[in-house]
Amino acid sequence: MEDAITIRDLVVDRGRRRVLHGIGCAVPRGSVTGLLGPSGSGKTTLMRAVVGVQVVGSGSVTVLGQPAGTAALRRRVGYLTQAPSVYADLTVRENARYFSALHGRRAADADRAVADVGLAGAAHQLVGTLSGGQRSRASLACALVGEPELIVLDEPTVGQDPVLRADLWARFHALAAAGTTLLVSSHVMDEAARCDRLLLIRQGRLVADDTPDAVRARTGVDDLEEAFLRLIRAGETREGATP
Amino acid sequence: MNPRILAVTTGRILRQLRHDRRTVALLVVVPTALLTLLYFMYADQPTPPGQPSFFDRVALVMLGIFPFIIMFLVTSIAMLRERTTGTLERLLTTPLGRLDLLFGYGVAFGLAGAAQAAVASAAAYGLLGLDTAGSAWLVVLIAAVNAVLAVALGLLCSAFARTEFQAVQFMPVVVLPQLLLCGLFVPRGQMAGWLQAVSDVLPLSYAVEALQQVGAHAEPTGTMWRDVAVVAGAAVVALVLAAATLRRRSG
Repeated sequence: MEDAITIRDLVVDRGRRRVLHGIGCAVPRGSVTGLLGPSGSGKTTLMRAVVGVQVVGSGSVTVLGQPAGTAALRRRVGYLTQAPSVYADLTVRENARYFSALHGRRAADADRAVADVGLAGAAHQLVGTLSGGQRSRASLACALVGEPELIVLDEPTVGQDPVLRADLWARFHALAAAGTTLLVSSHVMDEAARCDRLLLIRQGRLVADDTPDAVRARTGVDDLEEAFLRLIRAGETREGATP
Repeated sequence: MNPRILAVTTGRILRQLRHDRRTVALLVVVPTALLTLLYFMYADQPTPPGQPSFFDRVALVMLGIFPFIIMFLVTSIAMLRERTTGTLERLLTTPLGRLDLLFGYGVAFGLAGAAQAAVASAAAYGLLGLDTAGSAWLVVLIAAVNAVLAVALGLLCSAFARTEFQAVQFMPVVVLPQLLLCGLFVPRGQMAGWLQAVSDVLPLSYAVEALQQVGAHAEPTGTMWRDVAVVAGAAVVALVLAAATLRRRSG
């Protein structure tokens, strides 16, 4: 089956700084793909390119068979920005209902999305009065509400308690099992093990593009953080040899 | 543009306003309080024979100017918030069109401006004895069109502000020259030629002229309708320019 996202030689400059140096990768449909890397490595820029709001220097990004940012894709792609992008002066339910209405969904779909992120009890609260973790879940509800085919989530589990984090990951896998594709970024390596596939990015370059098991096998260590460290060191040694 | 998306966006903006009760109270109360102040300021001024009283002349124009100033500020800040909190970026990844958003603001804050003008007019005519030859409804209509113009200018200016401090600074830049040259302080006919020429290209001048027409004539005049059309046209131009500043893709 055709991949949900295909990226070829993607180069992005922000200001005078090159943020992505020729990234190439594919994200298979119906899977949870983790985009991992330290803060400032280019994860958000890559996600913005996928949802079509990033000015791209060169290369191509194809999403669900169409160039990223095509008008028809806006109904099929959901995006969670890193900072919670919901209206602080609306309630959780009003936010979810607004975004669901933009996607042509009913109010009941919005209420279900709110319940899915564990905010049913806070549905009538103004987003401005919520805790940081609740606020980012309200934002997540607004990304899920249109039941998009591709969901791009920029650090969705930051600041969530461990039980909720486990619930959210279970939810992501349930969505993937139903055919949805998820691209989820994180800077926490312990989340890598929860993904079907991993993209490790560092300083705008792709360091690994594989399943967690394959990464472990290639590096000979069980711990993914240690495995990534080895991959990065190996890459630096190679670069050092050919400056 | 999509009528359904425009409608839900307008509803969302009004709902945000409704949750901010203090802002709603200020919107409703402040113009009436200032008109009352104006009433007492001019209470002891003699009226020149054969002319409208100072209060009638100034209060009539102020009814159009309040929504212009307030809606400009409210819109600049609201749109800047959309840009800085990331909601704009998210909206642009949804089926919402740029004009749906801009016209949503135009309709929502246009209605708010109309409501504000209606309350202020009711107080001015009912309590403060404002007297105009033409209908109070025409005053509210002109004030509402003026509010839409202010929303459009606010949406446009917010594109050039990075912070709320900067957005607020655009108020004196955009609003005050129009206020000084609109004919309230010095009749336009008595200004130097070059000032008249500047006044002629500022949309608020037409709104004020339209209000003065309502003040002087019992029936709506052709000049008044032309002026209203000019203000509405300026609002559409500003909205289209604002759309050009809204880029789906950014660096």
